[in-house]
Amino acid sequence: MAQDSKALQWTTHIVLIALSAASLLPFLLLIMSSISSETSIIQHGYSLFPQEFSSKAYVYLLNHWQELGRAYGITVFITVVGTTASLSITSMLAYPISRQDLPWKKFWAFFVFFTLLFNGGLVPTYLIYTQVLHVKNTIWALLIPGLLMNGFNVLLVRTFFMTSIPPALIEAAKIDGAGEIKTFYKIVLPLSVPIMATIGLFEAILYWNDWFNGLTYVTNPKLFSIQNILNRLIQDVQFLSSNSDMASGVGAKVAELPSTSVKMAIAVVGVLPILVAYPFFQKYFIKGITIGSVK
Amino acid sequence: MTQAITNKSSTSNRRSRWKNYFPLYLLMIPGVLYLLINNYVPMFGAIIAFKDINYQAGILGSDWIGFKNFEYLFKTKDALIITRNTILYNSLFIVVHTVIAIFVAILLNEVKKKFLSRFYQSVILLPYLISMVIVSYLVYSMLSVESGLMNKAILPLFGIDSISWYSEAKYWPYILTLVHIWKGVGFLCVVYLASIISIDTEYYEAATLDGASRWYQIRSITIPLIMPVIIMMTMMAIGRIFYSDFGLFYQVPMDSGALSKTTNVIDTYVYRGLMNLGDIGMSSAAGLYQSLVGFVLVIVSNYAVRKFSKDNALF
Repeated sequence: MAQDSKALQWTTHIVLIALSAASLLPFLLLIMSSISSETSIIQHGYSLFPQEFSSKAYVYLLNHWQELGRAYGITVFITVVGTTASLSITSMLAYPISRQDLPWKKFWAFFVFFTLLFNGGLVPTYLIYTQVLHVKNTIWALLIPGLLMNGFNVLLVRTFFMTSIPPALIEAAKIDGAGEIKTFYKIVLPLSVPIMATIGLFEAILYWNDWFNGLTYVTNPKLFSIQNILNRLIQDVQFLSSNSDMASGVGAKVAELPSTSVKMAIAVVGVLPILVAYPFFQKYFIKGITIGSVK
Repeated sequence: MTQAITNKSSTSNRRSRWKNYFPLYLLMIPGVLYLLINNYVPMFGAIIAFKDINYQAGILGSDWIGFKNFEYLFKTKDALIITRNTILYNSLFIVVHTVIAIFVAILLNEVKKKFLSRFYQSVILLPYLISMVIVSYLVYSMLSVESGLMNKAILPLFGIDSISWYSEAKYWPYILTLVHIWKGVGFLCVVYLASIISIDTEYYEAATLDGASRWYQIRSITIPLIMPVIIMMTMMAIGRIFYSDFGLFYQVPMDSGALSKTTNVIDTYVYRGLMNLGDIGMSSAAGLYQSLVGFVLVIVSNYAVRKFSKDNALF
């Protein structure tokens, strides 16, 4: 018996260490590739143990800090604004339909729920956003389509309101003379920090990682988020330099482009904030997954 | 007379009711507007699948052409290929994903030190939270023809010649499955681990007293007790079998045309039809086909979940 459990312990750790390594190694390869010299990559390929280090890729990025800084700014902007707006409208819709006494409550709950079952598909959505609302090449394109709110989160928040906020509390606030909106802001929301933090975290990751809206609705490089720059760069290494050359009118920069490592360096810059922040929010992230999956 | 009085009191009642709830409705406006714009109007917009769309005339002004778009779509080989790819990939994903996630969750539960278990869990979950664009870079660093790790370091070890990964379709079912598992298994694992942890420890204590080995306990206590969660998660995945992870099939193969035989799914077909080929008719027909079949599947799978366990059903 003791033998049995010891063997099990060993296998457990060996398998889990192997899986952890498999999860981390691609990131390590990415980072190593970004600090390898061009000749080392050309000769030996991307490698976990580069023959020769070079900071050229990062120097190149520093020289292009304006484009990258701009893209970073846009990513941060849509993440902050998008998440805030999303939390506001999600909770504002979830609260009324969580109230047992709201007239037409069932209708509104179904109104939200039905969006989880059926959707019109990409083509009509695209046509409405571009032909009717004209979001193409505006900052709205990165904020609104698809990401701003989803029915699932609304129902999740509604369930939280229904189960964690006693109706007696709302009743008491009313007797004390607080209006509905004041009750919502002063009593319901402060009690809902856990669910708001969870949904906010997931929304923030969604906005930070989004490349779809940029790819679909944005063609102007000035509005690219960091993900869109990466998206463009993998197809066209000269994208950064050609773009800045157009702006500054200086040619012949292409020759000094450390093309193979610079791609990887930008990817590192794009993913680093998440890797650095992850240890701090992983606890909430794991908790959030279980809330979402068991409803 | 009494009639008049009750009438009057009911209108004033209704008015005060309306006045009471007016602030609540006010709160709902932005969210309801968003769902109308982002979800409901496109649902009605799906009628463009029955139209010969013409930008000048707009959606409402374009001519009706009945089922022509669908006829064109189902006459091409594409319809069969994208349906087959979507369903086969998703079925494979569901099976492999579930088996590996349960296996890993059970192992994680065996780790005695809580801190270590947390650590493994977090690391395995890490790929879940990066974007598909970054994933496509990671895959590229492995598979790039001139400098990828596979061609430069791994294949030479076995004396195999370089492979031009991005133009040979036959490897992609394996690559995409691997990438999908790599990115997503942590998520499902957390779900299963949560349900394993919630099992009452008394079962295990009793089994240990009876001299049951750990392996026997896993087989006859852990797995049967998390079965409801397994069935529920699987049925929900089956309900979504007509939709695929667009990023996985679009970004990771780098939109390479040579691979389309094994990487084209309904979502990528619709996207390319709309964005690259400008073929709105065919693209919207494929989109509506996906929405309708998807809708039926969600309803059916939910019905199955409901029969099995009412609490876990979506509705």
